[in-house]
Amino acid sequence: MEYLIGIQGPDFVLVAADNVAASSIIQMKHDYDKMFKLSEKILLLCVGEAGDTVQFAEYIQKNVQLYKMRNGYELSPAAAANFTRKNLADYLRSRTPYHVNLLLAGYDDTDGPGLFYMDYLSSLAKAPFAAHGYGLNKRFILNLPSFTVRLIDKEGIHDLEKLTHGAK
Amino acid sequence: MALEDICNLRNSCLHQNWLPASPATSFLMTDCYNLGLKGPKKSQRNNEVPLQFFIPPLLNSTSFLNRSPSSYFQGNPPVTVRRPFPLSHGTTTLGFVFQGGVIAAADTRASAGGLVACPEVEKINPIHSHLVVTSSGSGADCMLWERILTREIRLYQLRHKRCLSISGTAKLLSFMLHPFKGTDVCVALTLCGWDKELIYVCSDGARLQGNIFSVGSGSPYAYGVLDRELSWSLSNEEAISLAREAVFRATHRDAYSGNNVDLFHITAQGWHQRKRENLKEEYYRDMKKRGLF
Repeated sequence: MEYLIGIQGPDFVLVAADNVAASSIIQMKHDYDKMFKLSEKILLLCVGEAGDTVQFAEYIQKNVQLYKMRNGYELSPAAAANFTRKNLADYLRSRTPYHVNLLLAGYDDTDGPGLFYMDYLSSLAKAPFAAHGYGLNKRFILNLPSFTVRLIDKEGIHDLEKLTHGAK
Repeated sequence: MALEDICNLRNSCLHQNWLPASPATSFLMTDCYNLGLKGPKKSQRNNEVPLQFFIPPLLNSTSFLNRSPSSYFQGNPPVTVRRPFPLSHGTTTLGFVFQGGVIAAADTRASAGGLVACPEVEKINPIHSHLVVTSSGSGADCMLWERILTREIRLYQLRHKRCLSISGTAKLLSFMLHPFKGTDVCVALTLCGWDKELIYVCSDGARLQGNIFSVGSGSPYAYGVLDRELSWSLSNEEAISLAREAVFRATHRDAYSGNNVDLFHITAQGWHQRKRENLKEEYYRDMKKRGLF
């Protein structure tokens, strides 16, 4: 069970993701980072099937960086989100669809902060707040031990304190 | 592969009858990782593409041709070959990093359903002098993929005059396994390298770097022992005895793990293999020590 959440503020976007990399019932890693830095002010949070997440996210990451190398300027968060969605849609009806759920968070210098919700059926929605998974701490039967939290504002991406709860 | 090249089999008339396993397979290779394969059919550049599987024209080979990876997304259902026995992934392998390097340990039982197919399998195999891989999952798949990986790493070394890093090796392996995701290929390898790096790669596509990994049906038991006592500052002897203990406890409780324990210690000078130990004696020693015998 994986969890992502994003909240858009007046001039920032706050995102958090859990830190568990699991293989059936065993936690193989409890300090796994699910956020991929697409550019100085864009983060892609990716959960879903084991290999698909990294493959797809790295593919998007490298393509966004390639765009910057070719054209000299970066893709805006909205453009990156639409590019990601288009790729998901293209693969959806192929023999190898990617089963990934995404949140794309970014700060555009002209449009301000933006949070985009995408799911494995390649739907895209710009939303003021969005989440994937179950994040309840006290009531859910499977508790996620810790979360990475990051903030994006006009200065870029900032790491905030890792949230852990309960016994270490 | 290499033997085929040396024997000049490629140019013989026999080769013309050999068919690629599936045109779709080779097409997917080009999709995700282009090593110079120009087209799905002819394999002049076979030595550059590790995954063009050629099969001799057997009577049943048409069923292989119809099958392609992730074939359940196609309209027509594939013709699959029935397994003669149920595959089982019984094993206990583990690896962890500490101040003295990396320890890799594994049991030596190969099971097929309820049968102990072989009590003396080598589940830890060296790839080169400073990299060792522990395997679990399907035995045949693991052996094949270890050979493929060894070949690719050696080719890289010859072409670029330097060794590929552990993360590079893991990424290469993960990308090579990606086209087979969704098929019955089942490999879960832990690469243990000299640079105090431990990376778990599995055929589902997961690629995780970490300090401690245990894979297989006996892994929960091994994790129980390791999570309690593992620390960075163990001495070499303590780390080795911890790894042995973890495998021993896992083989004691897991029916699909057992027989012997193999142990490798990897340092900056290379890997060093400990003598294989039979756990039966360990068990009796343990019982005697606890006064239960």
